[in-house]
Amino acid sequence: MQSQQTVGGADGPVGADAATPAVPATATQPTAGPAEAAIRLVAVTKAFPQATSPAVDRLSLEVGRGELTALVGPSGCGKSTTLKMINRLIEPTSGTIEVGGVEVRDQPRHELRRQIGYVIQQIGLFPHRTVADNIATVPRLLGWRKATIRARTAELAGQVGLDRDLLDRYPSALSGGQQQRVGVARALAADPPVLLMDEPYSAVDPIVRAHLQDDLARLQQELHKTIVLVTHDVDEAIKLGDRIALLNVGGHLEQFGTPAEVLRAPANEFVERFLGRERGLKRMALITVAEVPLGGGPMVQADAAPAEAEAAMAAEGVDWVGVLAGDELLGWADGADLAGAARVGDAPRTPFRAFVRPGTTIREALDNIVNSRTRVAVVLDDDDRYLGMLTVDHLAEALE
Amino acid sequence: MTPAVPGVLLAENGPDSFIWWAWVGDHLDEIWERTVQHVQLTVIALVVGFAVSTVLALIALRFRRTYTPITGFAGVLYAIPSLALFAFLVPITGLSLLTAEIGLVSYTLLILVRNMVAGIDGVPAAVREAADGMGYTPWRRFVAVDARLATPTIVAGVRIAAVTTVGLVTVTALIGQGGYGALINDGLSRSFNTPIVVGAALSILLAMAVDLLLVGAERLLTPWARAGRR
Repeated sequence: MQSQQTVGGADGPVGADAATPAVPATATQPTAGPAEAAIRLVAVTKAFPQATSPAVDRLSLEVGRGELTALVGPSGCGKSTTLKMINRLIEPTSGTIEVGGVEVRDQPRHELRRQIGYVIQQIGLFPHRTVADNIATVPRLLGWRKATIRARTAELAGQVGLDRDLLDRYPSALSGGQQQRVGVARALAADPPVLLMDEPYSAVDPIVRAHLQDDLARLQQELHKTIVLVTHDVDEAIKLGDRIALLNVGGHLEQFGTPAEVLRAPANEFVERFLGRERGLKRMALITVAEVPLGGGPMVQADAAPAEAEAAMAAEGVDWVGVLAGDELLGWADGADLAGAARVGDAPRTPFRAFVRPGTTIREALDNIVNSRTRVAVVLDDDDRYLGMLTVDHLAEALE
Repeated sequence: MTPAVPGVLLAENGPDSFIWWAWVGDHLDEIWERTVQHVQLTVIALVVGFAVSTVLALIALRFRRTYTPITGFAGVLYAIPSLALFAFLVPITGLSLLTAEIGLVSYTLLILVRNMVAGIDGVPAAVREAADGMGYTPWRRFVAVDARLATPTIVAGVRIAAVTTVGLVTVTALIGQGGYGALINDGLSRSFNTPIVVGAALSILLAMAVDLLLVGAERLLTPWARAGRR
């Protein structure tokens, strides 16, 4: 029914005549489409009337269901234009776009948009409506019942981390961060399978931004929406994206892959330059301590004899020893202080200062190691039981 | 004629005073009648003016090129002295209510059309984009979002138009449509102060009352504007 040809031409209101009666196909149901792509762009071109070259030129891209795909690139790369073509705020000059297996031009704009959440940088809350009414926008358009809407609004407030007391306020009474949370709640209100986010966090300060990013990551773990996020901030793309599409001016796709893939092997000089310095460190932010083979470290039990400690220190080539009582870490003792002690536990001890959890990124772990006096970080599980020792050598191994 | 007023305090109040209270007391019925006429003339002018302005503003918003001609035309109407306008209309439409209202409505158009268009234009682009992105149909968005957000600006225009109209209605007495202008004319023709003062004072009071009423209406229509920041 839809033209599968990839080369231009399939533009205009062709879908109107043939096999497509106005059935508002819900994008929620899994479609019998050819792949598990929730959104599929094929040779999409957008040429604005007065521009010399197209803003987006024959871009093809598949966005996986339940994944967060970040479109990242310099200004003028057509990333926002691409996003807005998905919900038809901008109509492509040629090419096809499918959402949930349905060509977007086969349905009325407003019906398409009610199935797609939309979050923008300037948030665009309705100043004349309370927070609750803002969130209820799409459910109202869809004609939900009042009680259902009220329950849904309260649920969403909880999900996005919004104090319920704020629901009856007007947006002008909210901080920027709170407003952006309302914006996300409003976009999610009717539980759309797809969420489009256009530079959602570039207008808030870095601390709030980090919070909002963490919230989105947490929310996405629960909800598994298909999200397309436009950003000019490559770190944001790496942090949030399951996949990153790096776009160059004119909407040219330079590389498309997971953050780890892109960081490990940039496709070309543009990607390399755009990823910026410290690519290694950025990769480290994607790997957790749990993925690193840990060392045991020079550890002995508190009731062991000093000789045992000497052996452990010699084995690791250090002059200090970690003291355990079962699984519990007591601290470390200096090799010089062990001489007079009957048991290792009798020697004076110093607490460790660098602790990490298995879920900590190795970038953060490295920071801890560098800052610690012993040049190691102690890995503890969530119940503070000793798991092992992490050194710079372990991290270097993990990156290879 | 002059009733002998007993008592020292009122002894000096008479036909030559700035305001002769006894005359006022004797003519309460007429004053009330003039008030009703004045209010009617004003309300008709505002309602019709608002309706005509809405149509003109919608045209100007839909077809941007028409904005300048529309406001230009309304500006010319606004610039014509009211006496001249009535003098011009009387041969065509007679000494009628229609003549009075054509004039009164004409003077509301400029301010109303301009404020309506400015109000709609003042809706933040991000709010519009969000509304479109949520799946509003264009007309529904216009009614539920754009027009609502334009309300303060539109009401500001209505307030100016209302106050102006209340003042202008006094002139329509010249073509026999009553209102406070009739009192003023009566006083002028007889060199008698009291009706002039009563007509002018009540016209001012009415203008203030209408303005207050509209301020109240605006507060009811725009609760978000008061909630403000904390």
